[in-house]
Amino acid sequence: MDASDLAVVARVRAGDHDAFRHLVERHSRSVFRLAYRLTGREEDADDIVQETFLKAFRQLARFESRSSFGTWLYRITVNCSHDLMRQRPRAGTRTSLDDPDHGASIQIADESAGANPMRELTRRQIDQRVRAAMTELSAQERSAFVMRHYEGLSIEDIGRVLNLRTSAAKHSIFRAVKKLRRLLEPVAGLES
Amino acid sequence: MTHLTEDDCVLHYYGEAGDMKSAGAHLAECESCRRSFEELSVALQAMTGADVPDRGESYGAEVWARIQPKLEENLSRRDFGWRARLGENLSGRGVLAASFTWPRMVAAGALATLLMAAFVAGRYWAPPAAPPVAPVRADATPAPTAVRERILLIAVGEHLDRSQMVLAELSNMDTAGPVDISAERDWARDLVASNRLYRQTAVRDGKTAVADVLDELERVLVDIANGPATASPADLERLRERLETQGLSFRVRVLGSQIKKDASRPLAAPAPSTL
Repeated sequence: MDASDLAVVARVRAGDHDAFRHLVERHSRSVFRLAYRLTGREEDADDIVQETFLKAFRQLARFESRSSFGTWLYRITVNCSHDLMRQRPRAGTRTSLDDPDHGASIQIADESAGANPMRELTRRQIDQRVRAAMTELSAQERSAFVMRHYEGLSIEDIGRVLNLRTSAAKHSIFRAVKKLRRLLEPVAGLES
Repeated sequence: MTHLTEDDCVLHYYGEAGDMKSAGAHLAECESCRRSFEELSVALQAMTGADVPDRGESYGAEVWARIQPKLEENLSRRDFGWRARLGENLSGRGVLAASFTWPRMVAAGALATLLMAAFVAGRYWAPPAAPPVAPVRADATPAPTAVRERILLIAVGEHLDRSQMVLAELSNMDTAGPVDISAERDWARDLVASNRLYRQTAVRDGKTAVADVLDELERVLVDIANGPATASPADLERLRERLETQGLSFRVRVLGSQIKKDASRPLAAPAPSTL
């Protein structure tokens, strides 16, 4: 995959701008997934996807083939997400963990609840808590944790994306896990 | 082998432990570490997070359709650094394109924020000397002054949130070498101007508790705004110590909470302000 990405990058750099389409089609969904995990908002994630590819196109000369194109793209995605979160600090995404009506938006009658609605409800409650807990992390901790836990990036690659040493990336994940465990303690074991 | 720490367990869970075999062997032998690891595993497995909305196979093509016109527009302006690096002639760069450089856009954004803050502070945080026009009934529509003060409270609350985020970003940075903080510096610069206006308004209205916190916050923001674009680990450590010594992050957080609490009270029957 990476070799193919590099070949496409070379074509774009040589002036075949339409070739960039292949990179957009190949990576859009993963960029969306990461942006959504970082911002928690669908419309923001869509905006970030566009912004990421526009920036990638403009900055293609800065891309060094030492890292994969996907990793480089993630770096731009994380930066775009951080910029957006700064512009809209926690507005609409922050949910208080102490809010007694925390799970009020859960749709109990949802058909996807299937055969075990109670279990589905519990899962959704935990999801809500996780989402709220994520907003309590710093941008660096959240990015590092999302990339390791949800996207399965290696800690070394996370360091590259966040421009950190591997040890610093590791510590960001440790801090994130500690904070999340503490914040989610009240609901720990609910699903078991 | 010594017992596994929580961090060791995290690395083992993600398959990133340096010596997976030793860690695995120890977990097989040591009941207390095994129990800790199992607890961690259960907690991490529960963090599945909300499902990411499915974007479908055609999403990439949709994104391309949306960005292609913008790429072409940019190409027509010949405003690409990478083309310049490839030796292409950039002599045709348009005046309009040159006007939309990041520093200019950041400056324009800061100016817009400042104007907004000035508008809100000057117009809506009315001095207490304003004479009431009519007695207020419990069922009456909230007085315009109350509504205006509410808007200001919300604006100050958001300002404190943003400031807190800058301080948290910088304090939580963990780096072995110099790190680029230009984004945080630009952010602090934006906040300084708004902070000054809110502080001056608070002083004018005799809200000393608010003014004191804003005054201390401003000093820190000014130092960050006027500092270098990169910070060493020692610089970050000094900032952390300063924030801890003054208890500034905590005070900003407490003030922000108080303000939000005040801002969420019903307008018809306002409780006395804690500020």
